[in-house]
Amino acid sequence: MVQFNLPKNSKILPGQYFKDKTGSSNLKIVHIYRWNPEKNENPREDTFEVDMDTCGNKVLDILNKIKNEIDSSLTYRRSCAHGVCGSCAMNVDGVNTLSCLKSHKDINGDLRIYPLPHLKVIKDLVADLNTLYKQYESIEPWLKIKKLKSQKNEINQPKESRDKLDGLYECIMCACCSTSCPSYWWSGEKYLGPAVLLQAYRWISDSRDEEKKERLKMVADKLKLYRCHTIMNCTSSCPKGLNPAKAIGSIKKMLATS
Amino acid sequence: MSTYKIIDHEYDVIVVGAGGAGLRAAVGLSESGLKTACISKVFPTRSHTSAAQGGISAALGNAGEDDWRWHMYDTVKGSDWLGDQDCIEYLCKEAPKAVIELEHYGVPFSRTKDGKIYQRAFGGMTKNYGNEPVKRTCAAADRTGHAILHTLYGQALKHKTEFFIEYFALDLLMKNGECKGVIAWNLNEGTIHRFQSHITILATGGYGKVYYSATAAHTCTGDGNGMALRAGLPLQDMEFVQFHPTGLYGIGCLISEAVRGEGGFLLNSKGERFMEKYAPNAKDLASRDVVSRSIAIEINEGRGIGKNKDHVHLHIEHIDPKIIESRLPGISESVETFVGRDVTKEPIPVVPTVHYNMGGIPTNYKAEAITLNGGEKTVSGLMAIGEAACVSVHGANRLGSNSLIDLIVFGKAAAKRAAELIKKNTPHEEIPKSETDKSLDRFDKLRNGNGSNKTSELRLSMQKTMQSKCAVFRTAKTLKEGVEEIKKPFNGMQSISVKDKSLIFNTDLMEALEFDNLIRQAMITLESANSRKESRGAHAREDYPSRDDSNYMKHTLSWQNGNEIKINYRPVKLSTLTNDVQTFPPKERVY
Repeated sequence: MVQFNLPKNSKILPGQYFKDKTGSSNLKIVHIYRWNPEKNENPREDTFEVDMDTCGNKVLDILNKIKNEIDSSLTYRRSCAHGVCGSCAMNVDGVNTLSCLKSHKDINGDLRIYPLPHLKVIKDLVADLNTLYKQYESIEPWLKIKKLKSQKNEINQPKESRDKLDGLYECIMCACCSTSCPSYWWSGEKYLGPAVLLQAYRWISDSRDEEKKERLKMVADKLKLYRCHTIMNCTSSCPKGLNPAKAIGSIKKMLATS
Repeated sequence: MSTYKIIDHEYDVIVVGAGGAGLRAAVGLSESGLKTACISKVFPTRSHTSAAQGGISAALGNAGEDDWRWHMYDTVKGSDWLGDQDCIEYLCKEAPKAVIELEHYGVPFSRTKDGKIYQRAFGGMTKNYGNEPVKRTCAAADRTGHAILHTLYGQALKHKTEFFIEYFALDLLMKNGECKGVIAWNLNEGTIHRFQSHITILATGGYGKVYYSATAAHTCTGDGNGMALRAGLPLQDMEFVQFHPTGLYGIGCLISEAVRGEGGFLLNSKGERFMEKYAPNAKDLASRDVVSRSIAIEINEGRGIGKNKDHVHLHIEHIDPKIIESRLPGISESVETFVGRDVTKEPIPVVPTVHYNMGGIPTNYKAEAITLNGGEKTVSGLMAIGEAACVSVHGANRLGSNSLIDLIVFGKAAAKRAAELIKKNTPHEEIPKSETDKSLDRFDKLRNGNGSNKTSELRLSMQKTMQSKCAVFRTAKTLKEGVEEIKKPFNGMQSISVKDKSLIFNTDLMEALEFDNLIRQAMITLESANSRKESRGAHAREDYPSRDDSNYMKHTLSWQNGNEIKINYRPVKLSTLTNDVQTFPPKERVY
């Protein structure tokens, strides 16, 4: 019988243990995935004892504290720290989320932080999102109009039409949804995934756009679109409270009725 | 020094930075057929433009009569007469066109009942030269920056702009005082890249992270300003740092002025609407420097709220929850996430927080960089736009929603000017090897830093100094102390410790390089503030409480060379660009 095993060099081994040096009695044990591409070593899980008396409420505060005070080589992306830039998406306690919005107080016991799942890891918590960015480009995320009525004035868009973009345009492309989707894990090269389909739907829904039909046709593909099996992980993981599953459902419905 | 393999590239134009200004320039450049590359240390939609909330100003007149001249007057007054009036004229006149263009690109602006772009009131924006508030700020709910940034990235993709993403720019490559390109580090592969270009456009944003508490992102480290200083170029008006009146207390995250634009107001611990006292006409919608100072006075005089009486309250509970939901959804979400309050039921705790740098690389209205070298000269091959630039349209104080329009108007202007200047198929000149060596030597030294000072400790020491010595109110004493204290973290860099020695995604090293940029700007900010013995806009000196037009109606220029800061001045341009409008002569600034 064929045996499926992970390659030997991909096994996560126990890593370093960073013991608290502050003497605090309020410690949180934090396990973090580490991998350095320039060392010929397996990935490992390092453990840090972090003093919670001098730490902010969010998971990002813990990471910053470790980087500033314990191990400056810890690598992760971060920027705005309030949930608008989408840099610090990672897997916290088994769930994809933005570490800047996720409170560690909701998590009892040890904390486990991993990169977004099923992506190539560049280093530690930094994952390679290039495939997703290429897919985003492929849906042509710009307004398509054959000829503008007036260069001088805005295109008129009734309030009700504009309201249809609410819940769609707010996506910050953090990739929490796509990388929580089993279909995307399995065929991420071909299936566009929830983040990109939500954006496809954003342009399909824009009353100003004149290529709705072409856009629908572009995604109407058994791999690009119909790999969605309504598992709904996308919607439950979205840190911005958006509903990509619903958007995908709407695209399918439009195709079925057009 | 380790030897680094260098990968060479040639482009007509290199844009460094992919926020609103960088992307708008890149779109214009690609449209004009110039071979353009855009380098950014973060993926474009992660840029800090995404955090802009309230809106983008333009006299469209969708919510009552408006005129770009009124907008110009407000901006000149807002700048406390330190803004250059030719540039402000250009900004306000071009603004409506620039916003309409954004709408055509697909920005999902909120709409009025008749389907036009929604506009709201903002601080300092008035009708008929200061008469009454006007609704001039175009908005996509309270996520205007996000909406613009994502749309511009889409446009750049449409025009096939070449991106170099997660490349950290190290230094400008100069030859005889002209800029010939830029050297950068590819984080994903750990390689060094040399970009030769006829024009380099710095769109690298502000340097809010010199302060401990700022609405700025971790990445707002003013890397372009740092590069300009190392290239021997001056920065302008760096003493003018805007404190946003309403940063979320204890967190620092921005609570948009749109909250007050939609009818929110501030209360002290006695339940007084104190802004009525400081700005009888505009009240809570006075310009940001005025509101921030008023809050600081309330707190200093013991009328702050909370255990430490160190903040005030912003109230919007009286506004219809439906309006809050449609126009301020992002704010509601942030307040809920970070302080666990429901804005429809409870007030928002706020405190003035560092938000914007009026200073930067001096430019003219065509975005060309300027220096003083036996007279005012443009720096051939170099442009600056956005928060990195000091055009100067914001002078001593920027009005809310004038920043996004600055990005778009001058991003576009830079592209236009570059297309005029560059002749197709011009060959690239050779860049002296010493330029590359100098930059890589600095890179290598930091990378191999085995001293005892962690970057995080040096950064914290700098931030604490700036926070306490260069705050809303300043005096000769605090500033002099600051000028001395700030040398410590600067000199501390000599024995910096960088633990990670690798080249791929080495954020330990990147933070050391960012600190190298930050600390120079911190030193310059303190020295410029110490040298300006007057109060103007955001620069409030307790020892010199009034504006002094006869001695200080001029731009500060400052150069940095090690511990030495050299200060010089250049005049403010009072004359307008055309005869469409007359100069607004200086007068007392009351709101």
